[in-house]
Amino acid sequence: MPTLDLQAHGLRSVNAVLQTAAADSVADGDYEIVNPLGSHAIAVGLNGPLSVTVKGSTGYYCAGMNKEADITVEGSVGPGVAENMMSGSVTVTGNASQYAGATAHGGLLDIKGNASSRCGISMKGIDIVVHGNIGHMSAFMAQAGRLVVLGDAGDALGDSLYEARIYVRGTVASLGADCVEKEMRPEHIEELTELLKRADADADPAEFTRYGSARSLYHFDVDNAGAY
Amino acid sequence: MSEQPATQSDLPRTKPRYSATFTPEVNSEIRRAAATGIYDIRGAGAKRKLPHFDDLLFLGASMSRYPLEGYRERCDTDVVLGDRHASKPLHLDIPITIAGMSFGSLSGQAKESLGRGASAAGTSTTTGDGGMTDEEREHSDKLVYQYLPSRYGMNPDDLRRAEAIEVVVGQGAKPGGGGMLLGQKISERVAGMRTLPAGIDQRSACRHPDWTGPDDLEIKILELREITGWEKPIYVKVGGARPYFDTTLAIKAGADVVVLDGMQGGTAATQDVFIEHVGQPTLACIRPAVRALQDLGVHRKVQLILSGGIRSGADVAKAMALGADAVSIGTAALIAIGDNDPRWEEDYQALGTTADAYDDWHEGNDPAGITTQDPELASRLDPVEGGRRLRNFLKVMTLEAQTIARACGKNHLRNLEPEDLCALTIEAAAMAKVPLAGTDWIPGLNPDGW
Ligand SMILES: Cc1cc2nc3c(=O)[nH]c(=O)nc-3n(C[C@H](O)[C@H](O)[C@H](O)COP(=O)(O)O)c2cc1C
Repeated sequence: MPTLDLQAHGLRSVNAVLQTAAADSVADGDYEIVNPLGSHAIAVGLNGPLSVTVKGSTGYYCAGMNKEADITVEGSVGPGVAENMMSGSVTVTGNASQYAGATAHGGLLDIKGNASSRCGISMKGIDIVVHGNIGHMSAFMAQAGRLVVLGDAGDALGDSLYEARIYVRGTVASLGADCVEKEMRPEHIEELTELLKRADADADPAEFTRYGSARSLYHFDVDNAGAY
Repeated sequence: MSEQPATQSDLPRTKPRYSATFTPEVNSEIRRAAATGIYDIRGAGAKRKLPHFDDLLFLGASMSRYPLEGYRERCDTDVVLGDRHASKPLHLDIPITIAGMSFGSLSGQAKESLGRGASAAGTSTTTGDGGMTDEEREHSDKLVYQYLPSRYGMNPDDLRRAEAIEVVVGQGAKPGGGGMLLGQKISERVAGMRTLPAGIDQRSACRHPDWTGPDDLEIKILELREITGWEKPIYVKVGGARPYFDTTLAIKAGADVVVLDGMQGGTAATQDVFIEHVGQPTLACIRPAVRALQDLGVHRKVQLILSGGIRSGADVAKAMALGADAVSIGTAALIAIGDNDPRWEEDYQALGTTADAYDDWHEGNDPAGITTQDPELASRLDPVEGGRRLRNFLKVMTLEAQTIARACGKNHLRNLEPEDLCALTIEAAAMAKVPLAGTDWIPGLNPDGW
């Protein structure tokens, strides 16, 4: 397993090695990054199948724009982990700061601890599973994809939501504008079961509540001006 | 003889008098608001009269400076953008670029025309809120990819196939506002590119989802550079709000190029109240921005692109004389390819407007086929012809700017300087920091020369 020491080699050289290995599919095994020292933009822009494990906590935008790679952080991550991810997976063994999975189009973001505010903001198709709690304004303007929370959600969940689906097992401090509780139909139990399985989460889908968009803000209307 | 009492109709009458406060236009807007309950949304930039480049004049050369020969002596126009950190800066033949306008707000044909015209003139064009289309990429030699709060269609592959990246913080038409695209224009293709249901009224976010201030932006720019191997110039676009501080902070965050868009800057769809009442005129923005660049010792190292109401080579020359490295055009480019053309007057009348005043660009019914997603209307615009017209217009603007520069004795457009200018009004003199014509008075000048 090739080991890259971030402290010794610097960010540019570590990312360049990973990006080349991912793009050329010439990976000679799984990569391991040691001494991440909370650095920003670690393992960003990987464009092919590659396994990377970061041994320690990271700063902003770890695994940003990931495509096809499987990245695990053994520690906690700063803001914007897996932002704009296209595919592949990102696993965080600790906690995640703000904007986890922001605007991401695909792939799986699996956070074993808690996620801070604005988790899944403007998400565009990603699946996010948070084993702990999530902070306020999560799934703000979320367009597509699924957000699963095994713990509780903070204030204004799903504000101005589009077509993303949210499943929460615990309590929700408050719902944002246009976000409503929805019925759990068999197809929802089915997709939730599958998501929980992918994230190795031991939870009963029947204990979750589904939230989605009431779609009342989809068109300008003087009578809902107060909602803005 | 007894005098007959004058009849009512013989009495002299006061002529009907319109109020300067409650003008017919104001009243019609009150009536429209009362009837509909929604603010007016429209395209284009501020329509009110503002201090502008028309309020400046070039002095030309005579005894104290000598001019260059019009057709025999060179006056160069090229510009390099983004050589501070990027390994592949943009080399443009002319300092006039095409501003970011989204596919969605514009038809595919319009985007293709812009790409063709810009490429033929040796300059760049820019994507917009809604992502990059293949047609646009194919027809643009140099394409700047916008990174907007909405991140519609954002993906690493398009990021890598762009020549530069423009982080959009704001727009002159609406500093502090997000994008808007109303349902009529959200076709299946536009909706697909934006991951939205077709036909909804789309309101983009006004703030970026994963960074909040300049300290965060610095890290965001680091991430974008890491993703693209430090090759691409990174621009930061700001609306004309607080140009000194906005420029300072953009430079501090690591921008290679600052794009500054004054309040005349066009938009595809914004509330009229926002367009007309928020932001500063382009003329008022440029000097504080140049001062910020100079204070940080990076004038000409970090390039400044100015936009908002640029219409001619004279405007280009004036912007550059005041310290810009290049300009960017939106509305003028659309007019060049056929927007608001009197040949469609009958159609404009049917829409309750007239050529040169049509601004309901958000409704998608553009008779010229430019601000629409209706395939039939869009087919009215021939992208080859549109591209040819834009190239011609860009050539004329360049020739005009060169004409002025030679008259001022300059062998490169970038050598134009504030000393070549005077102002026609006190306001313009104060904003541009050049003397009022016939005087050596620059109103409001501080002891430090600014
Ligand atoms: C139809 C149209 C669409 C626009 N779309 C965008 C956009 O997507 N992103 C952006 O940053 N600016 C957008 N703008 C603003 C332009 O990039 C530019 O700032 C402005 O047009 C410059 O002013 P001018 O129109 O007076 O030349 C748009 C402008 C127009 C006219």
